[in-house]
Amino acid sequence: MELAATAAKAVFIVAFILAIVPMLVLGERKVSGWIQDRHGPNRVGPGGLLQPLADGIKFLAKEVLAPKSVDRKLYFAAPALLLVPALMSGAIIPWSKPIPADSFIGNLLSAENWSPDGIPFQLARIDVGVLYFLAIVSLGVYGVILAGWASNNKYTLLGGLRASAQVISYELSLGLSILAVLLMAGTLQVDKIVEQQAGAGWFIFYQPVAWFLFSVTALAETNRAPFDLAECEQELVGGYHTEYSGMTFATFFLAEYGNMAMSSALNVSLFLGGWTLFGLEEMIPWYLTFLIFIGKVLLFLFVFLWVRWTFPRFRFDQLMRLGWKMALPLALGNVIVTAGAIALHEMWSAPLWPVMAAGQLALIGAVVLTSVLNARADAQRSQA
Amino acid sequence: MTPELTYRLCLTLSAVLFAVGVAGVLIRRNAIVIFMCIELMLNAANLAFVTFSRHLGVLNGQAVVFFVMAVAAAEVAVGLAIIVTVFRTRASVNVDELKLLRR
Amino acid sequence: MSAWIMAAFMLTAAAGAVMVILYRNPVYSALSLVLTMFALSAIYVMMGAYFIAVAQALVYAGAIVVLFLFVIMLLNLRNQQALKESFGLRAAVGALLGALFIGVAGGTMWAVLSPDQFSKSAEVFKDEGHTESLARLLFKNNLVPFEAVSLILLAALIGVVVLIRFHGRPSSDNSEESNDA
Repeated sequence: MELAATAAKAVFIVAFILAIVPMLVLGERKVSGWIQDRHGPNRVGPGGLLQPLADGIKFLAKEVLAPKSVDRKLYFAAPALLLVPALMSGAIIPWSKPIPADSFIGNLLSAENWSPDGIPFQLARIDVGVLYFLAIVSLGVYGVILAGWASNNKYTLLGGLRASAQVISYELSLGLSILAVLLMAGTLQVDKIVEQQAGAGWFIFYQPVAWFLFSVTALAETNRAPFDLAECEQELVGGYHTEYSGMTFATFFLAEYGNMAMSSALNVSLFLGGWTLFGLEEMIPWYLTFLIFIGKVLLFLFVFLWVRWTFPRFRFDQLMRLGWKMALPLALGNVIVTAGAIALHEMWSAPLWPVMAAGQLALIGAVVLTSVLNARADAQRSQA
Repeated sequence: MTPELTYRLCLTLSAVLFAVGVAGVLIRRNAIVIFMCIELMLNAANLAFVTFSRHLGVLNGQAVVFFVMAVAAAEVAVGLAIIVTVFRTRASVNVDELKLLRR
Repeated sequence: MSAWIMAAFMLTAAAGAVMVILYRNPVYSALSLVLTMFALSAIYVMMGAYFIAVAQALVYAGAIVVLFLFVIMLLNLRNQQALKESFGLRAAVGALLGALFIGVAGGTMWAVLSPDQFSKSAEVFKDEGHTESLARLLFKNNLVPFEAVSLILLAALIGVVVLIRFHGRPSSDNSEESNDA
């Protein structure tokens, strides 16, 4: 029965992505319409609600064209290589508190025989948890690179090159911002990190810098605006997916939104307490904690959309400067501050929160000061 | 599969990977592919380390693997930078054509 | 069941390695390398070395081979034909020597284990706490090597920057080569 539970959880993750993507497609267009003071899609169904269905039918009905000069094997493998990591990364997300063994689903799977404490609603409770997520997410870039290379087109190639440089650059800051949380939690397992936040408070209150860095670098890792240089229309036609059409193009779409959903889910689990809500989670049944989790994820996805329609796109040198000269020093400094605060706390029982907050304020001040000085020096140099 | 057979097979696989890496370095002339073959050899060593670590029941082998990975990363960064630099002056990555150290 | 899966991964790793040197197109070679890395990662998982498995995927597949692909694409950009090469007599001799070496080395490694020193303890490979004990080993017993490795990485970083800067052409695409360190 354990196998059945595992299979059900795997099916759930795929179904979740397949369900959230149409919502996001509609949401993206509605939010962009709202932000730009227009209606957005409003013809298909009541208030445009069936627009994703129409889009899906359109994608299915369109011919899948492969240009003559493409490397056919890699050309068709690339969208799959992008989608599979997006699906796999959901395995370590704890979606709700453990499903009790005496509940309906617990009885259905006769949980008291193999897991009397309840079924964890998490596909893989592995010791290396968060590292698994990082490893899987870093694989998504293969899809982009290979799509760019296999299409045999200079725009797609440039898109692929940009994506690989960008993902490798921002992966460092992503890992370091997670490291600060791991230092506080003392474990790599996501479910334990969530449980700790139920007791000690959400980590966003301790690690606002890490949270900000994680959110920004997650935007960069998922190739979302303002970091969507790999597919920017004004410079590269469509970027790495210029040559794709029909369902192969839709697969890229699916993967992009799936990645967004999964990185939001990890963000919520690491920084916003996952399925916890200030002690409320003790009193309510497991499916309501699931709804809490989904609510937080949707909130984050809204922020993703909001950012896209608010900020202009970076130039490539600005992107690299931001990644290497701002985000990386900030992330490194944040790890040092966190480790120092924890060491002070453990050796001389210094209060954790004030020390950490002071350190982070000093860190932000230092980074802002150096960037201002740098900008001034640059301005002087360009005048001279 | 008994543990003993597993370990034996893993060590043999490690030897095979290493041998393939050596053969690749000897056969191929493309500097980038030669680099990949060096990575293969490093991976073969890693596999042997992990297998012995498992076999002897101590973790030290895995610590060494960690160091090997770090060194491999450094090596790849420097090596690829050299290849790119060479390519800029010679417009080739064929190691047979790179006989001179100067430009 | 798991024995067959293990064997399948072993075969995949070996086949990927062979394909690295057989493909003429370096992009395919790089992808075969990824295949090998993944199969090795899966083998590590099945042997209980979870941290090494994830590090393998993260460092090799996620960073190193991406860097390889990046450089291949960067160079292809200017000259499509530069990376073509021919296989001739040397390849035949090399393949023969390689096969011989595989036989010798494989045979040696097969025989190197003596059965009497088998599996004294499987304690360290329990699922829970495996990463923690590895961390203790790294940061307590092997602290000096660990710091030495960090110096190596720093040296590589500086070396790459010097290599590229020295050549003059301070444009944005130069910063990528140093990423990995």
